[in-house]
Amino acid sequence: MDSTTLLARITAYASRPDPYPLYAELREAGPVVQQTDGSYLIGTYHQIAALLHDPRMSADPRTRGEVTRKPPFLRLDDPEHHRLRTLATRPFGPPHSPGRVDGMRDEIDRIAEELLEPFEVGRQVDIVDDFAYPLPVTVICRLLGVPREDEPLFRAWSDVLVAAADVRPDDESAETDKAGDQARMEMGGYLLNLAEQRRGEPGDDLLSAFVNEADPALRLTQEELAETAVLLLIAGHETTVNLITNGTLTLLRQPEHLDRLRREPELLPRAVEELLRYEPPVHMRERIPHADMDVAGIPVPQGASVILALASGNRDPQRFRDPDRFDPARPDNQHLGFGSGIHICYGGPLARVEAYAALGALLPHLGTASLVQDPPPYRQNAMLRGPRHLPIHL
Amino acid sequence: MPADRKDGRIVIVGASLAGLRAAEALREEGFTGSLTVVGDEPHPPYDRPPLSKQVLLGQATADTLELPMRWDPDAEWRLGVRATGVDLLAKRVMLDDGESLPYDRLLITTGTRARSWPNPEEGTLDGVFTLRTREDGAGLAERLTARPERVLVIGGGFTGSEIASACRELGLEVTVAERGPAPLVGALGGTLSKLAAVMQRNHGVDLRTGVTVTALNGNGSFTGAQLSDGSRVEADVCVVALGAVRNVEWLADSGLAAGPRGIACDAGCRAFNMYGIVTDDVFVAGDVSRFPHPLFGYQMLSLEHWGNAVEQAEVAAHNMVSPGPLQRPHLAIPVFWSTQFGLNIKSVGVPTYSDHVVIAQGSLEARRLAMVYGYRGRVTAAVTVDMAKSLDYYRHLIETAAPFPPPPGALDRAIAADIPIPSAVPDPSVLSHGPTVALTGHLPDRRLTVV
Repeated sequence: MDSTTLLARITAYASRPDPYPLYAELREAGPVVQQTDGSYLIGTYHQIAALLHDPRMSADPRTRGEVTRKPPFLRLDDPEHHRLRTLATRPFGPPHSPGRVDGMRDEIDRIAEELLEPFEVGRQVDIVDDFAYPLPVTVICRLLGVPREDEPLFRAWSDVLVAAADVRPDDESAETDKAGDQARMEMGGYLLNLAEQRRGEPGDDLLSAFVNEADPALRLTQEELAETAVLLLIAGHETTVNLITNGTLTLLRQPEHLDRLRREPELLPRAVEELLRYEPPVHMRERIPHADMDVAGIPVPQGASVILALASGNRDPQRFRDPDRFDPARPDNQHLGFGSGIHICYGGPLARVEAYAALGALLPHLGTASLVQDPPPYRQNAMLRGPRHLPIHL
Repeated sequence: MPADRKDGRIVIVGASLAGLRAAEALREEGFTGSLTVVGDEPHPPYDRPPLSKQVLLGQATADTLELPMRWDPDAEWRLGVRATGVDLLAKRVMLDDGESLPYDRLLITTGTRARSWPNPEEGTLDGVFTLRTREDGAGLAERLTARPERVLVIGGGFTGSEIASACRELGLEVTVAERGPAPLVGALGGTLSKLAAVMQRNHGVDLRTGVTVTALNGNGSFTGAQLSDGSRVEADVCVVALGAVRNVEWLADSGLAAGPRGIACDAGCRAFNMYGIVTDDVFVAGDVSRFPHPLFGYQMLSLEHWGNAVEQAEVAAHNMVSPGPLQRPHLAIPVFWSTQFGLNIKSVGVPTYSDHVVIAQGSLEARRLAMVYGYRGRVTAAVTVDMAKSLDYYRHLIETAAPFPPPPGALDRAIAADIPIPSAVPDPSVLSHGPTVALTGHLPDRRLTVV
């Protein structure tokens, strides 16, 4: 088939349950495959890794001149990106808060156990709605300082925002983008208001830390605070849901690995790394060259849309031995599940802790479980890929 | 030698990082014969980088740095024993306990030791330290915990600078005496060494450059030092950080090409003998080796890098158990890092193999930058300061001999990125300490100067 329409075929909803044969086709077609919509699709591991570390590749949509509003740090370039990411890291991770994520382990274990209380043999449950969604939402609410009761509010905003962030080759997207901007405004206002309530009365949460920063040089502006809080709240749960759900699905499809993990739970951290390689929640990221570039001998002009198919790189046989095999004990597993380079996933450490806790607590319940529907119904999004529901019979 | 290279007797002399990793790799490569590791320190292999950082800061103790074993090498460990010589003809390693070990293949990973103060009487004053071993680290850490009035560090290379950084972090007064024009100049060249000097002074280091220490004073205990500019430093602790000496003396009569710059070997880690003829059964890896690198004009490189010890050990182990056509070269690009004064400094390539530099990203003012080094119009090295995630990009430019200065387009590109300035790599003889990468041929930006 024609490799210049690969992106359209990958993003077509029918490909959602299994895009991997298309990724194989992409890697076969070469390191850089220009698409009929003008974008460049990249699916080999080493090329993706090189571009993720290339200081000429911009993450900022303003590089193409299409928006003027300053995006969150996920889509900013250095030095702006560095400043905001560093400020956002202060209350979250090392060097200033080295124990923050680790200190949440017990709480995350408890949340998982509570959610699993109704999981009785013989029942049918939906892994997404009953477990994989509420777990990270509860955790990120607790971490950021957002009332759990407001979940329906930000779930609605989140759905719209995530839809607007998808990769859409056909681009009938003006409506979606507008709705996305509206949702971002509303959600930002909501979070700013919450943060404002903490000013002078800090709690043990990130919004409190941001708004009560003593050093004026280390303070986020109102706009930055809103963008950062929206980013953390959405990224803090959208992807983890898929990691836990994809993990459950993978293990139920391969009961020999499920049995092994039940016997050897100490393998879980490595199994989670393998899940991040084998079924990553984030399938693609977009970058924009800041200058005319030569990528693997192919000229890529300034301002072009370069789509890095991370999930394809994760299955590149030039990098991973037997890449289509799920091997929970795989050595040398430097996957692209969290990206790489300066934008490497900010929430990676938290996602790992959540996935260990979630799968560790869930495994004992899956001994007799079976999939009700395989493949399960998937979410629309091709970039943040995962099942919309995962009904299983316990 | 047994026909099967995976069997027979292998002796490794040197039980630190390179020796351990080689032992592990030999087993991973399927070596089933007898394996003996000889080390003159009484301890199992341990990690040295924390000795000048975490140990001095009290975040770790020197006796907890044992290197994890990735794979049980199933070796006989002869620790606390010094090798005194090799008989290449009889294929035996002599030990100081009178025994000798027969081998079919030998790997030498004896590394380096700290260069001691040249005047032994002064060098043994109480309060005078070098920093290389576990005992050194524990002793110095203990002395710093007792809060001395002032610490004098002789030598502004990486070790000296890291010690000075740790002292300031502990709130101790510290003087650094460096013979060259600035700290780290031998490893990073003139421009970045200026940043290093500013960082030291901003953090309260009493930095003296262009001076040497002429005498250590004290009567039993160290009390201060005399400098070449006539001044005096009153201090109660002194750290001699004058670089490293390669542990080759035991090979003096061996017939191997072993000298002060290390043991020469080919790209496959096979040692040369004194006539420049390659041996078939003696291999070298780690700090003690010097090997030709095609990316740096086939000059013999001598590296004191953690990463080189690991990678070269793995290549040596592979080649020791593989037949000739399956042997592979050690062509890894040198990489090292340092943490000091709150900065993360990472280097890839060989900064001293350069004639010009540009700041490709960031700026000296921001204390966050990528400096790219070029030699005759191609990229040969890069050093990042708090910008380590760009390093892979520059590594690729070095590997592909990309044109220097590097292509435009970096997002946080410095204004000066198009204007190369001389790299100002000094002659090593003007430094108090050795650079951590030594090109053992010539200085590239003074091509006619043999050093």
